[in-house]
Amino acid sequence: MLGRTANDLYWLARYVERAENMARLIEVGYRIALLPRNGAGYHDEEWRSTLASAGCAQGYFAKHEALTTRDVINYLLFDCNNSSSVKACLSAARCNGRAQRTALTRDMWESLNGAWIEFGNIKPVGVTASELPRILDWVRSRSALYRGALLNTILRNDTFFFSQLGTFLERADNTARILDVKYYVLLPELEMVGGGVDNVQWGAILRSVSAHRSYRWVYKQNYKPWRIAEYLILNQAMPRSLRSCYDEIAVALDQLAGLYGDRFACHDTAGATQKTLANGDINRIFQSGLHEFLEDFISRNNRLGSEIAESYHFNA
Amino acid sequence: MTAAFDEMNGMGDGVRMPYQAIAEWLGTQKLDDLKQKLVEAETLFRRTGITFAVYGSQEAAERLIPFDIIPRILSAHEWRRLTGGIEQRVRALNAFMYDIYHRQEIIKAGRIPEELVIANSAFVPEMIGAEPPLGIYSHIIGIDIVRTSENDFFVLEDNTRTPSGVSYMIENRETMMHMFPDLFAKNRVAPVENYPDHLLKTLESVAPKGLDREPTIALLTPGQYNSAYFEHSFLADQMGVELVEGHDLVVLDGALHMKTTQGPRQVDVLYRRIDDDFLDPLVFRPDSVLGVPGLFDLYRAGRVTIVNAPGAGIADDKAIYSYIPEIIKFYTGNAPILQNVPTYNCRNKDDLGYVLDNLAKLVVKEVHGSGGYGMLVGPAASRDEIAAFRAKLEAQPENYIGQPTLALSTCPTLVETGVAPRHLDLRPFVLYGDRVRLASGGLTRVALKPGSLVVNSSQGGGTKDTWVLQD
Repeated sequence: MLGRTANDLYWLARYVERAENMARLIEVGYRIALLPRNGAGYHDEEWRSTLASAGCAQGYFAKHEALTTRDVINYLLFDCNNSSSVKACLSAARCNGRAQRTALTRDMWESLNGAWIEFGNIKPVGVTASELPRILDWVRSRSALYRGALLNTILRNDTFFFSQLGTFLERADNTARILDVKYYVLLPELEMVGGGVDNVQWGAILRSVSAHRSYRWVYKQNYKPWRIAEYLILNQAMPRSLRSCYDEIAVALDQLAGLYGDRFACHDTAGATQKTLANGDINRIFQSGLHEFLEDFISRNNRLGSEIAESYHFNA
Repeated sequence: MTAAFDEMNGMGDGVRMPYQAIAEWLGTQKLDDLKQKLVEAETLFRRTGITFAVYGSQEAAERLIPFDIIPRILSAHEWRRLTGGIEQRVRALNAFMYDIYHRQEIIKAGRIPEELVIANSAFVPEMIGAEPPLGIYSHIIGIDIVRTSENDFFVLEDNTRTPSGVSYMIENRETMMHMFPDLFAKNRVAPVENYPDHLLKTLESVAPKGLDREPTIALLTPGQYNSAYFEHSFLADQMGVELVEGHDLVVLDGALHMKTTQGPRQVDVLYRRIDDDFLDPLVFRPDSVLGVPGLFDLYRAGRVTIVNAPGAGIADDKAIYSYIPEIIKFYTGNAPILQNVPTYNCRNKDDLGYVLDNLAKLVVKEVHGSGGYGMLVGPAASRDEIAAFRAKLEAQPENYIGQPTLALSTCPTLVETGVAPRHLDLRPFVLYGDRVRLASGGLTRVALKPGSLVVNSSQGGGTKDTWVLQD
């Protein structure tokens, strides 16, 4: 396939994943905004975390002075100048899909095109408090529809492998950021302090990756900060954990190597990260510093993206 | 003004044979149901993405070319009469192109003025002496045909450069079969979905000689913001060939390559949907970013085949059009089977005089125009419009041709108030490689405004499914 096609497919997958994650983040932030106020600026801080997790803080504060629920939600859902807004993501995904029509199956194209058309009909003014949950649900369901169409209909060749790389690099980045923004809430010392606020925060982190219920199935106990960190970083069964993402990334890269017959720097980088996660121990991670670990992970994840782009001539 | 010939009702003396079944069916349909079907069709088109962004438009939504659900129908016999004339024309046009880029016998024989060819902006001097595979310049041609009576068909125009619309022909059929399967059970309609197959065979047949493997074909598009983009991606998809843009291509080691995930891969045949001017910044427009530097040299060296060949536009120039009967006679030795519309070349004083005297009765077109822009439809124009056009004509007579207004046939079309006759034309698509291959029917373009003769989509025209009935 053309290098440009691989590039477009990879980014298409990233945008669809990003849109879904954004909807999840907004939902969590909004949920907290509904809680009884607990000291001045409590809800502001939550939106601040949301913006930081989404990498949208700088862009937001360039436009707005204050943090208000309405402004943040509008910025994250509709703002065309925000390249990570749901609207921007759905547009970019559709645009890439259109540019690579020949690589997509009909089901995949129609799900992207349909989502873009429908979202175009949703106006910010119409998004009231009661409408918001429905819209966020809709975003997540459209993302699921696309992913379902892809998994069900696409040929298991380079089209699939590059799409997988896009999805899981984005997902890993997203989980890592959510953890990193709130890492201080997960430090073991806090377990002693406990308290209502922290429980809300732990719940928020888990909700941001759709894990607040599954946690209890895996750990059969109340939220414990270091268990949460372990769950989202090292647990193999949790589909949004860093470990899970890298298992998928390694598989996709292996399959590309099998298809094309060559291995590159990206294979080594991915392999090293996968090994670190497979052999990881949460205590050691805390010892050397959770924040440092996550920062390092995010940076290596980005580097992997660049290496993939270079090895496969995305921008020849 | 005499009534136009109607494809379904003739001159009002009963429903014509090919339309019997459809007329019966229409009789049983309620207007609201038909309108509902139309909405369904448009939803299908939007979902599939057969839309385009209009150049310079402020609208955010993409546009659809309006589709009419009532098919235009030709009998097997009518179609056979057309195909003979179409094939003759396609061969003659290509023989003409070969001649004028080589020995120019037709000019030496005095049958065409030299300056009409040599000074023509569509003539590409860089093509002189080139030897395209099989001697073919225009492999894909769209011939615009109109009808004025039961037996009178005229060729309005030949499109030998980058004719478009074939994806609409195919998608219209898909949509009709999806919405009205029972109609296809009752009428034996020749299939059109084999066009991409024929196109692929045509492209393969003109691969550079001496290739020791299957030829690699690519379709060059200007990109997704081009109004015909859907068709580019559709055809590439249907043929299973790579859809490329200029920057995906590079000339390396004396061959054309595309930039793939595994490095450069050679391309042997390039079906290009960009104009000559943009093909190669080293030879043509230097500011073009749509083409490939060095591509033209490769082509001259026979290392890659470009379809349609550069310089094929000389045959679809409106000034040359009036000489086509002459061209057909010269290269085939036979009279043309399909007629041209009588044409007055305003570069000739006598013709100019006639046109100026009869502006209110004629259609006057720019020689280098397209899309229905810049033309005057005399009978429909106001006095002011005619006066303004007269001034343009007198200033640059060589830029215009005049033709009598033809009473184009009409066909029942679904409009706001019900089913009403609207003027239409027909664009069969012809493929010319190792053989001439013709899609059954082609694209029917219909003017949607009552009485309007302008069928171009850029001016609000729509399309219909075209049926050729099998015997």
